[in-house]
Amino acid sequence: MSTISRDEVARVAALARIDLRSDEVDRLAGELAVIVESIARVSQVATADVPATSHPLPLTNVFRADVPVPALPVADVLAAAPQQEDGRFLVPQILGEE
Amino acid sequence: MTSPTLELVAYDDAVRRYDPVIGIEVHVELGTKTKMFCAAEVAYGGEPNSQVTPVSLGLPGALPVLNGTAVEHAIKIGLALNCTIAESCRFARKNYFYPDVPKNFQTSQYDEPIAYDGWLDVELEDGTIVRVEIERAHMEEDAGKNTHVGGATGRIHGAEYSLVDYNRAGIPLVEIVTRPITGVGDRAPEVARAYVQTLRDIFRALDVSEARMERGNVRADVNLSLRPSPDSPLGTRTETKNVNSFRSVERAVRFEISRQAGVLDAGQKVIQETRHWHEDTGVTTSGRVKSDAEDYRYFPEPDLVPVAPSREWVEEIRATLPEMPVARRNRLQAEWGYADAEMRDVVNAGALDLIEATVAAGTSAAGARKWWMGELARRAKQDDQTLEDLTVTPAQISALQALVDSGRINDKLARQVLEGVLAGEGDPEDIVVSRGLEVVSDDGPLLAAIDDALAAQPDIAAKVQGGNLGPVGAIIGAVMKATRGQADAGRVRELVLERIGQ
Repeated sequence: MSTISRDEVARVAALARIDLRSDEVDRLAGELAVIVESIARVSQVATADVPATSHPLPLTNVFRADVPVPALPVADVLAAAPQQEDGRFLVPQILGEE
Repeated sequence: MTSPTLELVAYDDAVRRYDPVIGIEVHVELGTKTKMFCAAEVAYGGEPNSQVTPVSLGLPGALPVLNGTAVEHAIKIGLALNCTIAESCRFARKNYFYPDVPKNFQTSQYDEPIAYDGWLDVELEDGTIVRVEIERAHMEEDAGKNTHVGGATGRIHGAEYSLVDYNRAGIPLVEIVTRPITGVGDRAPEVARAYVQTLRDIFRALDVSEARMERGNVRADVNLSLRPSPDSPLGTRTETKNVNSFRSVERAVRFEISRQAGVLDAGQKVIQETRHWHEDTGVTTSGRVKSDAEDYRYFPEPDLVPVAPSREWVEEIRATLPEMPVARRNRLQAEWGYADAEMRDVVNAGALDLIEATVAAGTSAAGARKWWMGELARRAKQDDQTLEDLTVTPAQISALQALVDSGRINDKLARQVLEGVLAGEGDPEDIVVSRGLEVVSDDGPLLAAIDDALAAQPDIAAKVQGGNLGPVGAIIGAVMKATRGQADAGRVRELVLERIGQ
């Protein structure tokens, strides 16, 4: 059965910007292994006529009409900004670039 | 990581010894009224953060709802690119941390694009057709806009902080990805440019986007690799991001060919990386090296249900597709009777729509071409403008030519009328009146001017009476001068001959 290594937990945590203590890494490695193994059992009962799905509801094509609604007032948009300037969010110097 | 600067290889030499392969990703902002997943209005030039809802801001608990018009536009694009439209597809979360993505993920399509396996025929300037295979076209959302403040260059390096505006965050995008384009050799830069230009024309024809390059509505990422010969496996590619004009696409491909040839000639390996294009210097510089740290942890977006366009809907959309630009160009050329070279010049000058509208307003194709490719093209070039920038409409040009055709003004006067139109003095008819430019059709003033001219040059009258018609021109010239060009030269000639008794 699959096991989740400490390295894998640490890597995923780093990607998600979650700062884990060493004991948390150990605990999560065990918990995640149980989750992964539990889900893996689903594949034992899944047959070719059961399509994979990403959503529990039998819904498709939920669309919205292309009609504008009033936007949030700029003051509300910026209400939770730690810092702002000229109506924009002020963020620290960006090192990498996407 | 910076690599030492290597010699660029001259372009002709590089393409003689290496086979370039290109791949192009084009993002187009759809011209919907609202964003992809929320009903915030999309309008160019709004105050910062004035077109934002809790969804585009990624506030906790905010739920996305898909814009049906954006889906329709995406299907249109897919069909125009001869793609298969997915029976069912879904969105995914592309997770990364960057201030312009407030949710910490971009909602995008990943393993299930709405359109795939298409192709587009691209026509080069000399008429050569190149078929570009389309791998996929998928829906996603745009990011916000960062402005880097401080630092010497205004670019990221050296910036002290950044300011973020989320108006653009969530604007619907369609990203179109080609398969590797091979076998185009030294014409790779030209093909890349023509491909992006053809896409732009298609977006406009489909009316899915204003597709204005200068506003960033259409952005291209250009992948390029070299290999020793067409039989070799593909080389390592670089991806030059955000090349935002047709000319830059061509230049960026050209530059990367020269640069990568230099790297390979030095016995080094091309590094797989993203590169930045510098419009001012025409070079690319190293950006981010791709590494396995770049793991977007894609997973299906749980807050959106699958999109399953019915085949009926797809066929309905297909039935509304307009004529594609290349087909339209061929049809118009046949209708107008332009030579190949004339048509190419018209297209390259951006005069196609203008001439079509002028012809639709009642002018002959030859007359419309004369104005747009002659006097107006000269004016545009002189003022460093495009034809569309000129403050004259096809309807005005048509009215102008109608005045010439009816004999009310001649070509010389027409240029003065045009002058007035460009100066904002009104329509041609108004200017003829306000500037007093009508051809003098009343014979009275003409006869007076003729008599004056004959009196001033008595020997000419004698010669003409003697049967030598050659010198008549001198009299006509004098009359035209006296009437400041407002006389009809043909009528003047008739009157002169009558007067002299010939």
